[in-house]
Amino acid sequence: MSVPYAKLPAWAEYGLIPLVNLAVAFLISGLVVLIVGESPLEAAYHMINGAFGRGEYIGFTLYYTTTFIFTGLAVAVAFHCGLFNIGGEGQAYIGGIGVALACLSFDRVLPWYLLFPIAILGAALFGALWAMIPGWLQAKRGSHIVITTIMFNFIAASLMNYLLNRVFKPLGSMSLETRTFEAGGQLPKLDWLMSIFGLSVGSAPFNISFLLALVAAFGVWVLIWRTRLGYEMRTMGHSPAAARYAGIKEARIIVIAMMISGGLAGMMALNPIMGEQFRMQLDFVQGAGFVGIAVALMGRSHPAGIIPAALLFGMLYQGGAEISFEMPSISRDMIVIIQGLVILFAGALEHMFRPTITRVVLALSPKTRDVAATKGA
Amino acid sequence: MEFFQTFIELAQSTVRVSTPLILAALAGLFTERAGVFDIGLEGKMLGAAFAAGTVAYLTQSVTMGLLAAVLVSVLLSLVHGYASITQRGSQIVSGVAINFVVAGSTVILGEAWFRQGGRTPALTEDGRFGRITLPFADAVREVPILGPLYSGLLSGHSPLTYLAFLMVPASWWILYRTRFGLRLRAVGENPGAVDTAGISVIWLRYRAVICCGILCGIAGAYLSLSANAGFTKGMTAGKGYIALAALIFAKWRPKNILFACLLFGFLDAFAIRYQGYAFPLIGKVPVQFMQALPYILTVILLAGFIGKAIPPKAGGVPYVKER
Repeated sequence: MSVPYAKLPAWAEYGLIPLVNLAVAFLISGLVVLIVGESPLEAAYHMINGAFGRGEYIGFTLYYTTTFIFTGLAVAVAFHCGLFNIGGEGQAYIGGIGVALACLSFDRVLPWYLLFPIAILGAALFGALWAMIPGWLQAKRGSHIVITTIMFNFIAASLMNYLLNRVFKPLGSMSLETRTFEAGGQLPKLDWLMSIFGLSVGSAPFNISFLLALVAAFGVWVLIWRTRLGYEMRTMGHSPAAARYAGIKEARIIVIAMMISGGLAGMMALNPIMGEQFRMQLDFVQGAGFVGIAVALMGRSHPAGIIPAALLFGMLYQGGAEISFEMPSISRDMIVIIQGLVILFAGALEHMFRPTITRVVLALSPKTRDVAATKGA
Repeated sequence: MEFFQTFIELAQSTVRVSTPLILAALAGLFTERAGVFDIGLEGKMLGAAFAAGTVAYLTQSVTMGLLAAVLVSVLLSLVHGYASITQRGSQIVSGVAINFVVAGSTVILGEAWFRQGGRTPALTEDGRFGRITLPFADAVREVPILGPLYSGLLSGHSPLTYLAFLMVPASWWILYRTRFGLRLRAVGENPGAVDTAGISVIWLRYRAVICCGILCGIAGAYLSLSANAGFTKGMTAGKGYIALAALIFAKWRPKNILFACLLFGFLDAFAIRYQGYAFPLIGKVPVQFMQALPYILTVILLAGFIGKAIPPKAGGVPYVKER
């Protein structure tokens, strides 16, 4: 296949193009706000104020960010291997079993710092196992990963509904949730981190799993760009034929990549379960697995892009709550529209503005033009 | 006799539940046979259901409602087509995006226009599809066996239900007995060959996507104008994905789609009717298991444990004319 576009400098490739795509997504969202009969500028003000206006708001924003870093990384790892894991939602949901089991067993015996590692392992293990099956089916039986992971989201939802109903629900309780965890199952808030900046976390559930998310992001960078396994995964993603020729075991890499992806998605469960609710509730994932798709596309599957993209969506979630409070005709479903538009413009239509941007950038900087010429556009 | 009565009722609700599945699965059949994967069936159906509910309420005309549904669904299809055919973006990503945009905007617009918690106002009989009573249905009701079969099962459905069942042989005929159908299938298997023959791959795929939009639009209109009296938030409730599962389960063939949709519809109807019922030998089947069964069956089929589902060869791959 011929190379359709000239190579752009990194700042345009990783900065300008995503920003333009994002701007278009927001412009169209603004149009929706206009149709509803409200002012987009006012909505934007409430959004930013609601996300960053106070220490407590920032705490909520970062709480959501934590969740989206995990699910974004999950989608990104699979992307690098050429796999589209739509199953983050189900993997995170099943990951909750690992967290709940760890907490229900040890929350009265162990302090949080001993229980946390067990819960991390549990979350990652259950998420990884749930992702392993579609991975294995893709690798060995050739069933399409996208379809299988969609199906597994629904199966996970039914399974969790059953488990919460029959297994986890305490006797005599009506609501579909586990019992509330004791002190061992409650993660400490990061109020010390906020107070460095002179802010108070207030009632926001901003907790230590944020640091775990940052560690995971660093870990993914090391894995993808600094290890043999990551190299094999990227080779596989670029060209399965080349990978096979190089003696990379296709099936093994697919299953491992899916398990890492599922493990990361599963770890998302730590944040709401141990960090906010201190119990596992029905439908605690609330679409975060799907937000991960938008985050990974925005962040171009690089941890350095995923963290700001997750922050952006954290801002949308927290700020969106504030908008719906101030402007009742704009409910939180507005975020779902924005999320969809970001996926559309940063994902499916990512090349729409590329020819124009390329022409402009090349016209403005003669140096880049020379580089492009020698590289054979 | 009581058993027979139960059977008729179960069969009738199976037909009702299957109708939107059949329409949506046939919609998917057209695009996927042309090589454009579409996981946005859910979103298109939802958007169509909303448009139908809104316009039927405003105009008090069921025809206008249906037209609006088809229009919205075709427009969404064209967005998908533009992203995946013209811009050669990822078809999966585009489908996911459309599902989200529609899920959000139907609620926002519905709330802004009607202020009923994301619903459209309840439709009166004028704004809905009535039920067609086949000739002599009342007269033969008392005839044993055949009477209930005719007047209970065959008669008394929405016109869209009859349309859905007619669309199965019609789709077969279009795909397998017309020039358009032959080319459409060819473009999903080997677009290069179609291009060599001097036929535009792009235009052919756009037409397939439009066919998909029309059928999805009817499916959506069925939900809000026939099965219910108006639109409710998120009313497709995963039906688009079940239809997608049925399409794969049917190995991308019209006749199989009918049976796959009836099977999945039956599972749904059965699960609702026998919730908490203790069966001989197996005991109580959890309702969650029945709900998950279509998905589990599809996974097992896709894995090749019951036959092998082979998708169209060029599916999911944007066509690039070699320069």
